[in-house]
Amino acid sequence: MSTALLPVAAISGDAIRSGLAPLCAALGPADSTLERFPLLLRDLATGWLPEPWRWIVNSLLAIVVVFVAFALLFALLTLAERKLVARVQNRPGPNRTGIPLTQIRLGGLGQPFADGIKMLTKEDLVPRDADRVLHFLAPVALLAFSILAFAVIPYGRHLVPVELDAAVLYFFAAGAATELAVFMAGWASRNKYSLLAAMRALAQLISYELPLLLSVVPVVLVAGTLSTTGIVERQGAWHFGFLPAWHVFTPWGFAGFLLFFVAALAEANRSPFDLPEAESELIAGHLTEYSGFKYALFFMAEYFGMCALSGMAVTLFLGGWQAPLPFLEFLPSYGWFALKLLALLAGFMWIRATFPRLRIDQLTRLAWKFLVPLALINLGTAAFWSLTAHWTGPLQLLRWAVALTLVIGPFVGLGRRLSAGTAPRTYRYA
Amino acid sequence: MLGTGLLQGLAVTAKNFVGSFHDPARLVTTEYPEQTTKLPENYRNFPFLVCDAEQDPLGTLRCVACRICETECPPQCIYIVMERDAKGKALKKPKVFDLDISVCMSCQICVEVCPFDAIKMDQHYEIAETGRFRELLLDREALTKSNAYYHRIHPTEAAAVDALLAEQAARQAAAKSAKAAPAAKAPENPPPPPPAA
Repeated sequence: MSTALLPVAAISGDAIRSGLAPLCAALGPADSTLERFPLLLRDLATGWLPEPWRWIVNSLLAIVVVFVAFALLFALLTLAERKLVARVQNRPGPNRTGIPLTQIRLGGLGQPFADGIKMLTKEDLVPRDADRVLHFLAPVALLAFSILAFAVIPYGRHLVPVELDAAVLYFFAAGAATELAVFMAGWASRNKYSLLAAMRALAQLISYELPLLLSVVPVVLVAGTLSTTGIVERQGAWHFGFLPAWHVFTPWGFAGFLLFFVAALAEANRSPFDLPEAESELIAGHLTEYSGFKYALFFMAEYFGMCALSGMAVTLFLGGWQAPLPFLEFLPSYGWFALKLLALLAGFMWIRATFPRLRIDQLTRLAWKFLVPLALINLGTAAFWSLTAHWTGPLQLLRWAVALTLVIGPFVGLGRRLSAGTAPRTYRYA
Repeated sequence: MLGTGLLQGLAVTAKNFVGSFHDPARLVTTEYPEQTTKLPENYRNFPFLVCDAEQDPLGTLRCVACRICETECPPQCIYIVMERDAKGKALKKPKVFDLDISVCMSCQICVEVCPFDAIKMDQHYEIAETGRFRELLLDREALTKSNAYYHRIHPTEAAAVDALLAEQAARQAAAKSAKAAPAAKAPENPPPPPPAA
C-alpha cells in the first residue's frame, strides 16, 4: 500500500468530511473518505432509521443503486456500441438526437432515451395461441436472473451488495438460470421457429457453460476461496514493485482469461456467437413473437448479462477493484473497477465490429473440441502453479517456463490439429 | 499460428476506429444539411434565365421571348408570352416565362438552341416543395438569376459565353459605325478587325 499519495485522497475528501468527521477516519487509501464515500452517502440516507430496519433498507438501497446504475449504463452502452461500430465502418454513427424541441444535439446522447420511448409506446402483440402467462414471464424472468448476478460482484473495496462465501458458485448458478427464460420465451410463443431457435440458443448456452466454468476453476484453485472479495484481495500486491499480482499476468491466468472471455461472448449472445438472435439472418430467433417493451427487456437482459460477465472477468482475472500501479491508488477502488469494466465492454464491442458470425457447427466445435480441452489442461497448469508457489531463484524461471509450455503447447498443437486442411484459406477467384 | 488472423482483423478495425478521428479518408461521411459537397462544374439540373444586373433582374433579362426554346423543348415544359406595349408592338422581352420543373428532363436543349445565351443550366438542387403542381411551376421571377451567379456555378462556361457576347457586341458596333460613315468613303476599306475581347 502506498502512503505517498495519501494526502491527495485526504484533501479531496475534506469538504465532504467536514460534516461527517465522526463517521470516518482517513487512515490510508483503504479507508480514505473518497474510498468510503458511497458508504457515507448510504449512512446519511439511512442512518436515522432504527437498527432493525436499517439493514433491510440498506439492502433495498443497494439493489436500487445497482439497478439504476446498470440501466443507465445499458442506455449509454447501446449508444456507445453504435458509435464504436460506426467509427470502425468509417461512419460517424448516430449524432442527431439531442434534447427534443431544441437544436441541442449533445452528440446523439438522446438516442437511447428516444429508443426507450419508442419501445414503450409500441403495440405489445401476443400471438393468439401463445401461453400468455409464460409469454409475459419470460422477459421478466430473464431480466430478474440477469440482475441476480450483480449481487456478488465487488464494485469497490467496501462495495459488495452481498458478501457470500460461495459467491462464484452463486454467480454462475444465477447466470445459468437465464437459459430457462430463453427456452420459456421460445416455448410460450407457440411458434415453431421460435421454438427451434430457442433450442439452438439452449444448445449454445449449455455448450459454453462448460468452458466458462472450467476457466474459472483454476482461479478458485489458486485463490483457495469461492468468495469474490477474497479472490480480489488475493490479487492485491505487486511483483517487483510494478507488475500487479493479477491472475491475468500468470500463464494460467492469461489463458483462463481468454477462455473466459470467449465463453462469455457466447454466453452473452454477443457477436461472433450471436446465433440465437442473428438479426441479419433469422427473423429474431426466440424473440420473433416479442415486440415493444418486452423486446427491449430482452435486450436489456443481454446487456446486463454482458456487464455481469465482464464484471466477473474483472473480479476473477483483472484484479477487481485493485489499482494497476501503487501510485495510481489515489483513484478510488470503484473508479478502477468502472474503468476495467468499461475497457472490457469496449473489447466486446470491438470484437462485434470485427468478426463475422460463426456457423452453428463451428460454434459447438469450438466449444467442445477446443475450449473445453484447453480449459481442462489449464486446470492442470494452475494446479502446477499453486504447487510450486514456494519455488525461488532459478526455480522461479523453471516454473514460468513449464507453465508457459503447458499453456502455449496445447494451444498450438490443438489449433494445428483442428485447422488441418482448412487453414490458411486461399481465395483462388478473389 | 491459430489466432493470428483474428489479431490481424482486430488491428484493421482498430486502425479504422482510431483513423476516423484524425484521418478524413477514414471518415468520409458528409453530414448533409450542415455540410455540402462541392458540386462538379458540369453538374446541371434545371434551367434558369440569365440577367446582366443583379439590381434589376427583370429589366436586364437577356431573353427576347423568341420562343425557340419553347418550340424545341422535347417535354414541352416551357411557356412564353411576349410583352407588348399599348399599341401591340412587341417589346422583345417575356411577359410570362413559365418552366415546369416537374416535367423538365434536364436535357439542356433549350440552352443549346438559345441564340442569346439567355437560358442556362442551374445547380440548385434543394428544390423540394410540399405541392406537386403550382409549387414546381417556376415563373419569370423565380427563374431569373444574375450573370454573376452563372459565373459562380459554371466559371469556365460563363467566361466563354461572356467572350462570345463581347465579340458579338463589338462586331455589331463596328458594323453600325461602318453604316453610319458616309457612303462616299471607299467601301474597299474593310472595317478593322474587332478587338479580342
